[in-house]
Amino acid sequence: MTDTQTRVPERLPTAMPLQAAQLPSFAPLLAVVVSGGIGALLALLLGWGPIAAVVVGWIVLVLALPTWSAAVEGRRKSVDRLASVVIWSTFGVALIPLVSLIWQVVSKGIGILSVEFFTYDMRGVLGAGGGIYHALMGTLIITLLATLIAVPIGVLAGVYLVEYGKGNRLARVITFLVDVMTGIPSIVAGLFAFALFTLIFGPATRMGFMGSVALSVLMIPIVVRATEEMLKLVPDELREASYALGVSKWRTIVKVVLPTAFGGIATGVTLAIARVAGETAPLLITVGSTTILNLNPFDGRMATLPVFIYSSVTTGGKYNAEQLDRAWGAALVLVAIVMLLNLLARFIGSIFSPKTGR
Amino acid sequence: MAKSIDVSDLNIYYGDFLAVQGVNMTIRAKAVTAFIGPSGCGKSTFLRSLNRMHEVIPGARAEGKVVVDGQSLYEPSVDPVAVRRMIGMVFQRPNPFPTMSIYDNVLAGNRLNSKKMKKSEADAIVEKSLKGANLWNEVKDRLGKPGMGLSGGQQQRLCIARAIAVEPQVLLMDEPCSALDPISTSAIEDLIHELKSDYTIVIVTHNMQQAARVSDDTGFFNLKATGEPGQLVEFNPTKKMFSSPDEPSTEAYISGRFG
Repeated sequence: MTDTQTRVPERLPTAMPLQAAQLPSFAPLLAVVVSGGIGALLALLLGWGPIAAVVVGWIVLVLALPTWSAAVEGRRKSVDRLASVVIWSTFGVALIPLVSLIWQVVSKGIGILSVEFFTYDMRGVLGAGGGIYHALMGTLIITLLATLIAVPIGVLAGVYLVEYGKGNRLARVITFLVDVMTGIPSIVAGLFAFALFTLIFGPATRMGFMGSVALSVLMIPIVVRATEEMLKLVPDELREASYALGVSKWRTIVKVVLPTAFGGIATGVTLAIARVAGETAPLLITVGSTTILNLNPFDGRMATLPVFIYSSVTTGGKYNAEQLDRAWGAALVLVAIVMLLNLLARFIGSIFSPKTGR
Repeated sequence: MAKSIDVSDLNIYYGDFLAVQGVNMTIRAKAVTAFIGPSGCGKSTFLRSLNRMHEVIPGARAEGKVVVDGQSLYEPSVDPVAVRRMIGMVFQRPNPFPTMSIYDNVLAGNRLNSKKMKKSEADAIVEKSLKGANLWNEVKDRLGKPGMGLSGGQQQRLCIARAIAVEPQVLLMDEPCSALDPISTSAIEDLIHELKSDYTIVIVTHNMQQAARVSDDTGFFNLKATGEPGQLVEFNPTKKMFSSPDEPSTEAYISGRFG
């Protein structure tokens, strides 16, 4: 059996060979271990730090694995190995800040989490104790109101752009303005809400609703974009099928087009919420900060998680350590909320995506 | 309930481009009328102009008269939505609504028009339409399953069931079998034969055997010349069309000596 296989190239010297020499399957792993070892050894001998060791090891890997591959497998596979090494390393580099951020937040914030932390506000608390109940409720209320403002406007604008505008002048202007809005710095959105409410209610107005307006300014372009892209994905055949049944345009949009795109739109909305839930600057300008629970978004200052973190870190003074602990705890809660929203977006997307039944 | 259609001097445009020119014909009630012709000669465009689906495409318009039951479809006072309720359409590719079950797909025309009905009434419509589309026995145990889970041929019959559930006067079919295998095609051709007793059917097909098998009248469309608009070359009973057509170009096309 082995005889016949080795004889095949000899019998057909001019034919294209389909078999070629290959590196063993453990070759990449071996190369990583060996080059990492070389880097570590050099670092030990010459007294370098760990970063230098990693960089040297990486350079050795980038040179060694493609060279070895070129010697055994030929040029094409060698280039493939080089590209694989580069892609995996950039992936690793991209993961470093994410992993270290989560590690920092979890390791520093997990210690303070307790029932008290979630159920008390900061009224009269100076040192240890107290909680983020007021900031948590503030963030939830303000973000919810912002969503209630932004989603109808954003979704309906997206519907107009795709179903009615279809590239006319007004639609092009709206698209341009939405693009500009996407780039608005969040502090400018805050200033806008601040100026608006100052004009209407006079100076020194503070209410949670101001923050909602500022956040909705940031949310609307994201929601418009998500809706627009999702509606464009709905095939025209479905619209025609609905028209051919004698269904009017508006009912076609509401009953056929929007349900088909619902999963994608819901995902976009949830991601927009996650994006604005952590905004600090506009809330700092408009809503301010407070140490007591305020559940009325139309009267007075409200605390929010990002502003709570900011003020805890920047206040300083005698109880700095306790304040930092609370800031890390609040940061952990905020990250957890954003992550939950992302998971929720995936969940909604999978529930409402069109089903094949197979 | 089936209606005949009188078409006179119909010109169909996409923007400034004249796609189909000067069509005159009478489509008989309770009969099957087939349109044949090479690709791009305006058969589908003409078919879509019969229930004003044509104008869904931006810039598309039609001039001339299409008269159904004494009413001209292109009068300014005519509501295209009402026209489409009277004249249903089945498309080339099966397009069941992906968010709906088989049951809801059949009822889509009624439900989307927010017609209120009792459960028993809805059940009756679903059963009648699916039986009419020869699909009832295959799906009666899984009406709640998504319509997209059916095979291509079943999906196309589901679309036919959906179209006849709103009880139109006329049923337009734009190459309904072109995406289907021979067995599904034969099922749909049988269905066309049965539907003929209740509906006026107009079908566009690339398959001349199919036109010969299912239709009573046949229209042959062709381009006048390359770059010129399409036109109706000949319109005659199918038997005459396939045995002794009036026009030599029809005979050339049918016998495969075209181009």
